[in-house]
Amino acid sequence: MHELAITREIVAAVLARSGSARVTRVRVEIGKLAGVLPASVRFCFELCAEGTRAQGAELVILEPAGRGRCRACERELVLDGPYSACDCGSYDLECLSGEQLLIRDMEVQECAPPAAVQTAPARP
Amino acid sequence: MCTTCGCSDGAGATVTEPDAHHHHHPHDHAHDHAHPHAHDHPTTVTLEQRVLERNDRLGERNRGWLSARNVLALNLVSSPGAGKTSLLERTIRDRGGAMALSVIEGDQATTRDAERIRAAGARVLQINTGTGCHLDAEMIARTLDSLDPPRGSAVLIENVGNLVCPALFDLGEHAKVLVASVTEGEDKPLKYPHMFRAAELLLLNKIDLLPHLDFDVGRFLDYARSVNPRLQALQVSVSRGTGLEAWYAWLQERVSRLGT
Repeated sequence: MHELAITREIVAAVLARSGSARVTRVRVEIGKLAGVLPASVRFCFELCAEGTRAQGAELVILEPAGRGRCRACERELVLDGPYSACDCGSYDLECLSGEQLLIRDMEVQECAPPAAVQTAPARP
Repeated sequence: MCTTCGCSDGAGATVTEPDAHHHHHPHDHAHDHAHPHAHDHPTTVTLEQRVLERNDRLGERNRGWLSARNVLALNLVSSPGAGKTSLLERTIRDRGGAMALSVIEGDQATTRDAERIRAAGARVLQINTGTGCHLDAEMIARTLDSLDPPRGSAVLIENVGNLVCPALFDLGEHAKVLVASVTEGEDKPLKYPHMFRAAELLLLNKIDLLPHLDFDVGRFLDYARSVNPRLQALQVSVSRGTGLEAWYAWLQERVSRLGT
């Protein structure tokens, strides 16, 4: 439900770091436990990038799985959702990864340089 | 626009004070962005940046601003209708004489809640998020200067009624207080684990209605603690005044912890 606000931040961040260049590709990481829907981010990205230097940029979304450690038995396990249980029965899990919401990198291309400024010929 | 709830950005948010005699001074903030220069061929620029970095930074800044003034800030979250505004009204009426309390109200539209809070006797500012479904740190930064909470006081921030989005946006609060009510499902903690995990205190409200409902308090609390074993829980009825002394004691203790 908050994907638009999040996508606006992504577009603002890449524009702020790309100078005058065109942004052609953006790679983001949305962990499986981040509580953010990649499909909605994709939908919003097109809208947010429209009319900016990031318009038409390819959005690559990486979705790393969640990993956690059980505080009861110390075992590490894969977390497939925000609500998981350890095999030992405990729900007291420390999240090690999967909640991240990161902009990894972007690909930029400098726009064609502006035409040389014409100066008025000196009067003879 | 957001596909799920139609939420929009925070740019359209407005801040209103019901009696509206004060000006609002937004915080200034530094712009220190790097501008790499690309060449003709595509260049990869590493960012490794948290998406919500700007919000998180502003949240930290708000927290620093508040802590420097020994002001406690609480972020009250719940589904719509769980009783956040009633809890605030009652708290102000019962404790407003002994404690300095001010309120920031967040709603999509209207100043109705702010008018209720003002009638209860506290200083209040209303943020209308427009189509936005949560408050963010920038909105709070914009209100804190004009709210100007006194030293040793508490600012109670009533977030937009929503158990999803507000979990992700740090406002600069010292703790999130989740208000749930017995007229909601017992399985709320399982359906909205992010929010239950982010909260420090849970107030289970409307317990006076329990005789009329099939709500199993024990099961609800088990679910809540399975998601967040460190969650403190209090059972209250705001309308009857049941259990509120424990909430006031918690609030007082948290204010005292920041010093005066």
